[in-house]
Amino acid sequence: MRATGGPAVAVGDVLLSVENVSLSFGGVKAVSDVSFDIRKGEIRAIIGPNGAGKTSMLNIINGFYHPQKGRIIFKGETRARMRPHDAAYGGIARTFQNVALFRGMTALDNIMAGRTLKMHSNFFWQLLRYGPAMREEVDHRHRVEEIIDFLKIQEIRRVQVGRLPYGLQKRVELGRALAMEPELLLLDEPMAGMNLEEKEDMSRFVLDVNDYYGTTIALIEHDMGVVMDLSDRVVVLDHGIKIADGTPDEVKQSEAVVDAYLGVAH
Amino acid sequence: MAPNVAAGADTFPKLLIRNANIYGARPAMRHKDLGIWQTWTWSQTLDIVRAYAVGLHRLGVKRGETIAIVGGNRPKLYWSVMAAQMLGAIPVPVYADAVADELAYVLAHAEVRFAAVEDQEQVDKILSVVKRVPKLGLMLYDEKRGLRDYDHSRLRSIDEVIKDGRNVLDDTAVAAWLDYEIAASKGTDPSIILYTSGTTGTSKGVVLKNESSIRAAADTVAFDKLTENDVALAYLPLAWVGDHYLNYAQGMVSGFCTACPESPDTAMTDLREIGPSFYFAPPRTLEQLLTRVMIRMEDAGFIKRRLFHYFIGVARRYGERILNGESVPPNRRFLYAIGNVLVYGPLKNVLGFSRVRIAYTAGEAVGPDLFSFYRSIGLNLKQLYGQTEAFLYVTAQPDGEIYSDTVGPACPNVDIRIADNGEVQFKSPGMFSGYFKDDAKTAEVMTPDGYVKTGDAGFFDEKTGHLKIIDRTKDVGKLNDGTLFPPKYIENKLKFYPNIREAVALGDKRDFVAVMLNIDLTAVGSWAERNNVIYGSYQELAGHPLVYDMLEKHVSEVNRSLAEDKVMAGAQIKRFLILHKELDPDDGEITRTLKVRRGFIAERYAPLIKALYDGSKEADISTEVTFEDGRKGTISARVKIRDMKTVAAPAMGKAA
Repeated sequence: MRATGGPAVAVGDVLLSVENVSLSFGGVKAVSDVSFDIRKGEIRAIIGPNGAGKTSMLNIINGFYHPQKGRIIFKGETRARMRPHDAAYGGIARTFQNVALFRGMTALDNIMAGRTLKMHSNFFWQLLRYGPAMREEVDHRHRVEEIIDFLKIQEIRRVQVGRLPYGLQKRVELGRALAMEPELLLLDEPMAGMNLEEKEDMSRFVLDVNDYYGTTIALIEHDMGVVMDLSDRVVVLDHGIKIADGTPDEVKQSEAVVDAYLGVAH
Repeated sequence: MAPNVAAGADTFPKLLIRNANIYGARPAMRHKDLGIWQTWTWSQTLDIVRAYAVGLHRLGVKRGETIAIVGGNRPKLYWSVMAAQMLGAIPVPVYADAVADELAYVLAHAEVRFAAVEDQEQVDKILSVVKRVPKLGLMLYDEKRGLRDYDHSRLRSIDEVIKDGRNVLDDTAVAAWLDYEIAASKGTDPSIILYTSGTTGTSKGVVLKNESSIRAAADTVAFDKLTENDVALAYLPLAWVGDHYLNYAQGMVSGFCTACPESPDTAMTDLREIGPSFYFAPPRTLEQLLTRVMIRMEDAGFIKRRLFHYFIGVARRYGERILNGESVPPNRRFLYAIGNVLVYGPLKNVLGFSRVRIAYTAGEAVGPDLFSFYRSIGLNLKQLYGQTEAFLYVTAQPDGEIYSDTVGPACPNVDIRIADNGEVQFKSPGMFSGYFKDDAKTAEVMTPDGYVKTGDAGFFDEKTGHLKIIDRTKDVGKLNDGTLFPPKYIENKLKFYPNIREAVALGDKRDFVAVMLNIDLTAVGSWAERNNVIYGSYQELAGHPLVYDMLEKHVSEVNRSLAEDKVMAGAQIKRFLILHKELDPDDGEITRTLKVRRGFIAERYAPLIKALYDGSKEADISTEVTFEDGRKGTISARVKIRDMKTVAAPAMGKAA
């Protein structure tokens, strides 16, 4: 089963909450005093204009940055300073704004890499690729094949990802994150640079992941249409400050959001 | 194998039982699932289909009713066909990539109450037109993904239906009832309704009967000596007569194994893994394969490239003669054998052709170069000519009598005659019994003495005795000066150039011949890359002056070849243009089987056609396009037109 840290969280309960978090780089305030929560089983979008602090926020959740102020509570436990791999062990997986795959490896191997944390057989057996290590690999491969089937990327199984078009690389990256069987999946601009058809495919996959695996998803996205269609709740950041939080409809009505996106009349 | 292969089995379910008896442990079907090839033997297949049939009966499927089959080549959909036939119901396969409109038409016309569908995509498509299909009750799906939150009052998973049937089948009374139902089916009952792709207007439902289908398949199985040890990959549309005949009917008759690809996009890899012994590919697929090979060779290292071109040269000179069993000097044979080890063998292996014993191509004219390339590397590629109305085969080339410009002599037990207007007419064992609910159209294509009009113009070649097809009878037109104008003949000459993907020739009741071309993005794109031609889109590349220059050369070569034949010399191309978008079945410009729809194109591109004939140098066009999900958009462009020089016709005496 999942090598997750804290106790199980029921669907609809708070899975992760961000409380009064501030982060600055020298004099630049990336995030100031932001609070929101992510509930188990929902799709939560973080939106905002360029430089609003969205990716920083994701990096904080991911454990890559540690906030100077405030705290992160994941599954009921306040999180201490930690490294990204602790977050990964804890059940948080992510994809990146700029695809971060092993370009020289095949799609299959990239997704298999996502299973690394779930491998338990020791170095000796893995070296021999025999006995428990082999049994384990077969088991992991089965899981990976399910993901390949899920994402409909059978035809690129043995293709080096460096040779794949961008849209497919994004899908492989999603596959690798899914291979970790995360409880919380962070997607940093999953549709950036995609054409309409690729966006629709990706949206479908995001919804399917949420529906089929029950994975909680937090995503950053620029395409408003996508965000409004996909997400259950949206938090809006501007210059590091939270300016709105609620359902897509509520957020659309918010004057602060309209101002942030369209500018204010002077 | 016994020659009288279909003895005692006049329906497909009875054939299935026979296969389970005599080939029980042989594989009937393979499918790659989660990266591993799964196999079902004939006896397992029979078990599943029996259970499935009982499950269907419990859902209310009755004898004589139609069941739509919508999706790709997957075992469960083939089993759906078998299970329906077992109950005496009639399967109606529908093209998986049909847009909602076409789907609605077929489902409504065939009056289906049930539909076996592949996945959520097809379910969504049917749900979007469900109002137009009032009789439709239940949909049975193969892939459950994404369907969890759907209203299941009208949905069942095929697995559940099979499971339900299996539970009931334990009762011997039910098993006996099923045996009785199977025995009650007669050879004269319809076995399937195949809807034509509709080159002209809406599609028609071709009704085929059990016994005649089996007889036709038995003839060609014997003709090509297919046995239970053969393997075929079913990668062409399930709803197409070719797949139903070549894989389903021939598989049932001969007991060979049909392998289903993992997904539509993996066919290439699956082909290599399965290594089929019987293979069919439309000329277009063969062309794309060759283009891909050639492009990859351009990128190969110096030594490999030299080796490849040298031995392909050897193969071009001697390969075909060796394959045909003609005499070739021993030292040349030896050279060819070395080439086989170094080049042809590995190449065929990469393409998945290593074990192919018989390969067919049909549907369009095949380029002589293309055809002889595959034959020269040792692939036994042959041509056949057929129609849905004939249940595929009308003619086929026997081993050893292969020509690139004929389609072969009549198949066993097929009668062919040429009508006065040049039309090919036939009478065959597999021929259809009529169009579904359309006696008027049936009467149109049947002659009073029982021959089927093909609508194709052709003649028997005097030298070989083989049939040659020129064009559709109704498409052969005349220029204003009376010159004969067979558009397809000209288009095919153009399309033999790898850079030209599609061509539309105009000229009937006009002063001269003009053509509209589609470039091939793979070939021209690769050329652009090597020649530093920068482009951002298909449209931009198509309009590039250098691309125009290149195609101008092709067109003038075609003119030269047309000029060699005195009948055709007057039909040389005077003007041409390159279209700004690819002709697309989603826009109705070509059929699902990629045949050009002339009338529709003439209407859609009227401004361009006007410009071709009024002497303009360019013309503006704006066309509506349909995306895969059915939404619409528009593309507009300014298209340039080039004038061509024509070649003087040869002296009358010389042209023979």
